[in-house]
Formats: sequence, C-alpha cells, structure tokens
Amino acid sequence: MEANAEVQVPVHKPASGRKRNRFLSRFYSQRYLQAMALLGVAWMILFNYLPMYGIIIAFKQYIGIGNYTKAPWAGWEHFQAIFEDDLMIQVIRNTLGISLLKLVIGFPIPILFALFLNELRSLRFNRIVQTITYLPHFLSWVILGGILTTWLADIGIINDVLMGLGFIKEPIFYLSEPKYFWTIVISSDIWKEFGWSAIIYIAAISSISPDLYEAATIDGAGRFQRMRYITVPSIKGTISILFILAVGNILNSNFDQILVLKNQLNESTSSVIDIYVYEIGIKQGRFSYSAAVGLVKGIIALFLLLLANSFSKRMNQSSLF
Amino acid sequence: MWTRDRRTRGEWIFDNLNVIAMLILCFATLYPIWYVLVNSFNDGTDAMTGGLIYWVPRKFSLENYDTVFKNAGIMTAMGITVAKTVIGTVLHVFFTAMVAYALSRKELIFRNGYMIMGTITLFFSAPLIPNYLWLRDLGLLDTFWVYIFPFMFSFFDLIIFLAFFREIPDGLEEAAKIDGANDFLIFVRIVLPVSMPVVATIALFHGVWQWNDYFTGLLYTNKADLQPIQTFLYRVVAQSSSNQILGATGGAINRKVTSQSIKLATMVITTLPIVVAYPFLQRYFVKGLMIGSLKG
Repeated sequence: MEANAEVQVPVHKPASGRKRNRFLSRFYSQRYLQAMALLGVAWMILFNYLPMYGIIIAFKQYIGIGNYTKAPWAGWEHFQAIFEDDLMIQVIRNTLGISLLKLVIGFPIPILFALFLNELRSLRFNRIVQTITYLPHFLSWVILGGILTTWLADIGIINDVLMGLGFIKEPIFYLSEPKYFWTIVISSDIWKEFGWSAIIYIAAISSISPDLYEAATIDGAGRFQRMRYITVPSIKGTISILFILAVGNILNSNFDQILVLKNQLNESTSSVIDIYVYEIGIKQGRFSYSAAVGLVKGIIALFLLLLANSFSKRMNQSSLF
Repeated sequence: MWTRDRRTRGEWIFDNLNVIAMLILCFATLYPIWYVLVNSFNDGTDAMTGGLIYWVPRKFSLENYDTVFKNAGIMTAMGITVAKTVIGTVLHVFFTAMVAYALSRKELIFRNGYMIMGTITLFFSAPLIPNYLWLRDLGLLDTFWVYIFPFMFSFFDLIIFLAFFREIPDGLEEAAKIDGANDFLIFVRIVLPVSMPVVATIALFHGVWQWNDYFTGLLYTNKADLQPIQTFLYRVVAQSSSNQILGATGGAINRKVTSQSIKLATMVITTLPIVVAYPFLQRYFVKGLMIGSLKG
C-alpha cells in the first residue's frame, strides 16, 4: 500500500515526503528481516518462476541445442500432434488405470488398518505394529525395486512357492509380461505405504473424546456399532480431505516406482504420462513435444484438483482451500 | 492383559483374530527385508545352485560385503550420497527456517505479497523439460550443487515452520532485541534453538528424501563419479546391467560372489543408515506430521 501511495502522490507535497520517509525508515528498521525474506523470494524466482518461462518451448521448434528463446515458433503444432500420437491412448489408459485402481484398492486399506489398530487392547502392541508398518515408507523405490526383481525372478521366491504348491508348472517372468505389471505396481505400493498412510487416521481417531465411547457403551453399543457410529463419522472430514488430494493426483503416477519397474518388455502396460514425458524428452530429445504433453497434463491435473475440492466443499463443508 | 474379563465370546474371538491379523501384517512387512539381509550374508555361488534360502544363511559368508567395501565405484557413490544428504539437509533446513521466520513476523512489509508468491509455487511448477533446460542453462548439470541448490527451499516446509514459530512467545524475542541483537541473530541464537522439534522433523524428512532420491542423479548428471548410491543401484536394478557391478569389481575374480549377491549386499548397506536411525527419529516424524496436517 505505502509503496503505491509513494509513487502516485507528487513528491513536493510535504505529506507524501513524510509518508515516504516513514515507509523507508520502517523498511530500514526491518532490513535484516527483509533480507531474510528476500533471499527466499530470490530463490523462488530462480528455481520456481524462471524455469516456467521454458514452457514456451512447447510452442517452438526446439531440438535441445543452444538458446531456446531463439528457436523458431511452431504455434499449436505440438499440441495437435498429441491427438495424432498413437501411443497417447495407451499412455493415458495406463495412467488412469493404475491411478484408479490405486484409489479404489489402496485408499480404503489405511482406513481399515487404522480402525482395526484402534481396536487392539494392548497399547504397547499397537505401538509396535505402527513402528513396523511405517518402516517401508522410508525405503527408496530403488531398494524395493531390487527386492521385487529378486522375488519375481524366474528363480525367485514367488515362482519357487507357487511351483512348490503346484499352482504353476513353469516359472513365470512376471516383470517381462505386461499383464502382471499393474498388479505388481499396485500391490507393492500398498505394501510400502499402507502403514504410513494410516498415520493421519490414527491421529484423528486418537483425538476422539473417550466420553463418546463411554456414552455409547452405556447405551448398549457393541464393538462394531461404536466403530460404525462414532469412529467412522469422527474421521469423515479427514477421509474426504485425503480423498480430494488423491483425486487431484490421479494424473500423477508414482514416477519413481514405475521408472524402476518398467522395462521394454512390459512397456504396453507400464508407460504412463510422466514416464512418457521423460522418455521422449530427455532420452529421444523431442524437447518441444515433450514439454507440450507435460503442459497439457499439468493444466488438466490442476483443474481436477480444483474440481475435487469444490465437490468436497459441497458434500461435507471440508475443503483444502 | 489378555484375560477374558467382561468380554463377550464374540468380542474375545474378534480381539484374537485382530491380533493375529496384525501379526501377519508385521511379518509381511518385515520378511522381504529379512530375506534380503539373509541372502546378502550367504555365499553367492552357493545361493545360485542349491535352491532358495528362506530363513537363515546356508553358507555364511562376508565375501559380498568385503567385495562391496573394496569397490571404488560403490564407495564413491556412497560418499556422494552422504555428502548430498548432510549438506543438502543442513542448508534446506537453515534456509527454509530463516525465510519462514521472516514471514512469521507480522510487521514484515510486503508479507502478504511474499506469501502469495510462495502459495502459487504449491500449485504451479515448471514441467520436467523446461526445468531441466533451466538448470542446464544455469550451468548446474554435472556439478555436485545440482543436488543442493534446487532443493534448498520448500514452501510446503515453510508452512510447517510458520505454524511452529507462531507459538513462540514474543517476550523471548523482545528481550534479545533490547540487548541490541538484530533479527538474524535472534533467529540463529533464540528462535532456532527453541524450535528443535520442528527442525528435527523437517531435517528427517528432507534427509530421507535426499538419501533415497535416485532421479536427480539420473537426470542431471552423466558423470559416474557424481552419481549417488541410489542412482548406481537404479542402473543395476532397472537396467539389469548386473554385470556392471561385477565389471566394476574388476572382472569377477572372486568366484564366491555373484552379481546378485553383491547387489543384495549393496542394498543392505544403502538401507542400513535409515533402518538404524529410524527408531530414534520416529517420535519426531509423528509429531511433525501432526503439525503439517493441522495446517492441512
């Protein structure tokens, strides 16, 4: 406000001069604070805002060499090319398929886990289970990829057990066959994250007043009734906020995970948008086309997040922003 | 603790089934890690020939670890990982906390403007390719600092710091101000020391991320001696160039190890710091996540 006033009012007026002096002296008195804040602002400009300028290569013919501001314009050419790209359909199907299955199967599991964990009578056992199930969250996808390739190998533990039990005769090359890829991605994601994802629900449950449970018990409510009529309604807000986040993220596949597990043999089910952008951009050097795909994806993802948020606002008065 | 006090028969059955289900979950979580550990301590050649090893090493051997520790490539990658985790985390925490402290002070001029600028970064970010080109033009590719500078600040972490700093009583800062300390010194000498819980939380999360991140090394550097251990392992696991490890060890002179057994030993060494530090750090991340989730 003060800055604007200073520019608009002519300088010779004594009032404005005083105002300006006051502003400057106020600014000067907090110069250390301003320096600290402005360093952060400078970082954001350098690493958040200026890279966005590079989005213009989506509208240019840039082949990766030299200064992209000087590259010739291409207009909407790359965006039209998206619609003519045969691989796009496959990539979108994989992205949505994996995300939706993760949502349908992976989203309720941490909630159920938190509910049943809450029913444990021993608090110490409860803590131990929590500690153990959080652990995989802190392992990298490379390590998990190493475990999975070992387990799913032709002489791996999965084939060994299944053959030992007589379910299969020949070892299966799980990671080489496209039809197993989604199962592997979804189940390994659940293995790694179900405990960690439950943490917020566990916290929400622990903040429910014990009086509610006591009152319900006196009214004759059993174990499941208390779960159904007290615990679940109390964490409904938490559930819907996390659901918004999950829906808003539906176009963001787990890049780190899929990059580790995908190979040329399972490409038809493992290639998702983020991976596709990376491969055509960095590996094949089609910078402009790749940037166009990335831009379209980013815009749709943002739109989805806003949509999910307004939906949740209408449903139960809780929203992210 | 497990007596049948005042429980109906149905409840008793439910409780026991619940405990069993939880035990199965714990086993399912721990066993894959145990399997890697056991096989990394087994003679590599023996593991290849005699069927799978499920529970304990069949032919105990330290050869795998010996080979890994003598491998210059793996040790360099390990050094890069340690360096990027330590330097990256210290700078990230200090820098983000510093900016957060400035933004936590209500008298800060343009405070709303700075906040809006930061909030926008939560929703819009440059896509992969423009970001890559920008870091290339900055000259950060193939330097160690590409692991540090682009990750030195996070507005999301800043929000968590903000929530904590707001709770600090003003009197604490006023006293220092009367003594003539400037705002930066107040931040370093007073605010940071009383904010250790949140500092530890952010440090933990950023540290784990730095330690586990393999993509930055894959995308932004082609130099072999700049790749962190996770990127090295990625090349081994995903591009199944398992011979790379043996090649790096000098042509598989040692007949007791295989590329697979070395891979497992490397995985254990890479994971060990996290698993060892984990129980000590656990209390911080639960607390920190609560601060973060309250902010929503």
